[in-house]
Amino acid sequence: MLRPFEIHEPGTVEEASVLLAQFGFDAAIYAGGTELLLIMKEGLAHFPHLVNIKTIPGLDEIALSTEGDELQIGPLATHWELERSPTVKKHAPLFAEVESQVANTRVRAMGTIGGNLCFAEPHSDPATLLLAWGATLELSSADAQRQLPAADFTLGMFETARQPDEILTRIRLPLLSENTAGAYRKFSTHERPMATVAALLEVKDGMIEHARLAVGSVGPVPIRASEAEGLLRGQGAEEAAFSTAGELAASASDPIDDLHGSAEYKRHLVRVLTTQALEQAAKRAVGAVNEG
Amino acid sequence: MRVEIPNGDDSPHLRINLKVNGQSVDTSIEPRELLLDFLRDRLGFTGAKRSCDVQVCGTCTVLLDGRPVSACCTLAYEARDRELLTIEGLAKGDELHPLQQSFVEQTALQCGFCTPGMILTAKSLLEEISHPTRQQIQRYLKGNLCRCTGYWNILVAVEQAARRLQPEGQSESPA
Ligand SMILES: Cc1cc2nc3c(=O)[nH]c(=O)nc-3n(C[C@H](O)[C@H](O)[C@H](O)COP(=O)(O)OP(=O)(O)OC[C@H]3O[C@@H](n4cnc5c(N)ncnc54)[C@H](O)[C@@H]3O)c2cc1C
Ligand code: FES
Ligand code: FES
Repeated sequence: MLRPFEIHEPGTVEEASVLLAQFGFDAAIYAGGTELLLIMKEGLAHFPHLVNIKTIPGLDEIALSTEGDELQIGPLATHWELERSPTVKKHAPLFAEVESQVANTRVRAMGTIGGNLCFAEPHSDPATLLLAWGATLELSSADAQRQLPAADFTLGMFETARQPDEILTRIRLPLLSENTAGAYRKFSTHERPMATVAALLEVKDGMIEHARLAVGSVGPVPIRASEAEGLLRGQGAEEAAFSTAGELAASASDPIDDLHGSAEYKRHLVRVLTTQALEQAAKRAVGAVNEG
Repeated sequence: MRVEIPNGDDSPHLRINLKVNGQSVDTSIEPRELLLDFLRDRLGFTGAKRSCDVQVCGTCTVLLDGRPVSACCTLAYEARDRELLTIEGLAKGDELHPLQQSFVEQTALQCGFCTPGMILTAKSLLEEISHPTRQQIQRYLKGNLCRCTGYWNILVAVEQAARRLQPEGQSESPA
């Protein structure tokens, strides 16, 4: 049985932030509860006050910006909705593809994208993808709002740059240019992924102009594999040194031994998954250019 | 149905209304009360079972507004003003739901511990996709574990139920 707590039902972000400031470490934001209730059930944490942000209207919206250049995702959008949303499927199909692979049907039905990012559990699919994508996160408190690159948000295992009275209020995903394509690879033996790799390639006249590569789940936080990215720049999209890039990504990743597998095994996975993701991204990018 | 507050407790209570298997329920809950305990201990619906208790196995699956959730890790509070379906609400009197009928015919169960969760998850799938592919069924049921059957008969039963619920060629809602 869980220890007793009170549930608060703010109607606005400001109200929620005031509650969080008022109760400090005694309060936690409650979204889908799929992580929060787990740690409370295990007795790893207790919060006498849960601030249910699902009573704030609009935080689950998924829409294209008025300028039409980015997808704006409310933190309460569930994995279930993101996987099915026609807007996401149309404007960011790779994101919908990754969302459809998160956890299991029940966790997807309750779990939100905001909860996933703010919990900063190291085995996160969206965190890996959003790092490669260059997404921006909007954090709001009662009297301020700031925009943070995804790269600066996750600081460590279960640790983010969010202040206690801040609420993640929006995830901003710039639309990819027409000649950019991406691919995602993951490997799991348990429920959560053991290794995740996201690759985005911008291809012009058959050459890689820009590569973005993120590796996640093997260590405490997802990382950019910048050496591998640099190697690919300027190479032909169809004959680039993807396997060398895989090796560079593997040595840049800092895997840890844990229940999922040994560091050595994870490094091997990163190498293979990176190579596969890059190959698929290149195919898609070249295909998109030929079609367009 | 009216369910009374358990006595001798100083934690705060909330009054909630919900529908369980088509019947309205008006009751008080504690915020900390888990949906699984609420269903089993307070309402007597014991079809949903506790096993892993961490959202991995699916024996506690119930449908909340048609979507499968793990009752072991969901607050009863979440069911406020919503509709719950448990395995007890599936048959019409003595007439089994096509999924139940197919599970029986295909021997898609042995001990039966996973069965309520399997059937409810499959129900949600078939409502969304009337004729799922084998891969779609596997993906949807990925989080429902069975330690007896080896899964094969479950997949076959879901496919049979899909055909029974909507024979192929009949008008289908567009995907
Ligand atoms: C069995 C299982 C398997 C899983 N498998 C995967 C997987 O394969 N891949 C993957 O990526 N993830 C996986 N997950 C994680 C899953 O995606 C998250 O549990 C879910 O998205 C969390 O969302 P929630 O709304 O339930 O968060 P909650 O549990 O409600 O909240 C989580 C944390 O975030 C805080 N929070 C929530 N929303 C906000 C907000 N808007 N602003 C600020 N803080 C906030 C809460 O205070 C809490 O600390 C798995 C989880 C489980 C239980
Ligand atoms: S008991 Fe709820 S998922 Fe296993
Ligand atoms: S029938 Fe025994 S666990 Fe599935």
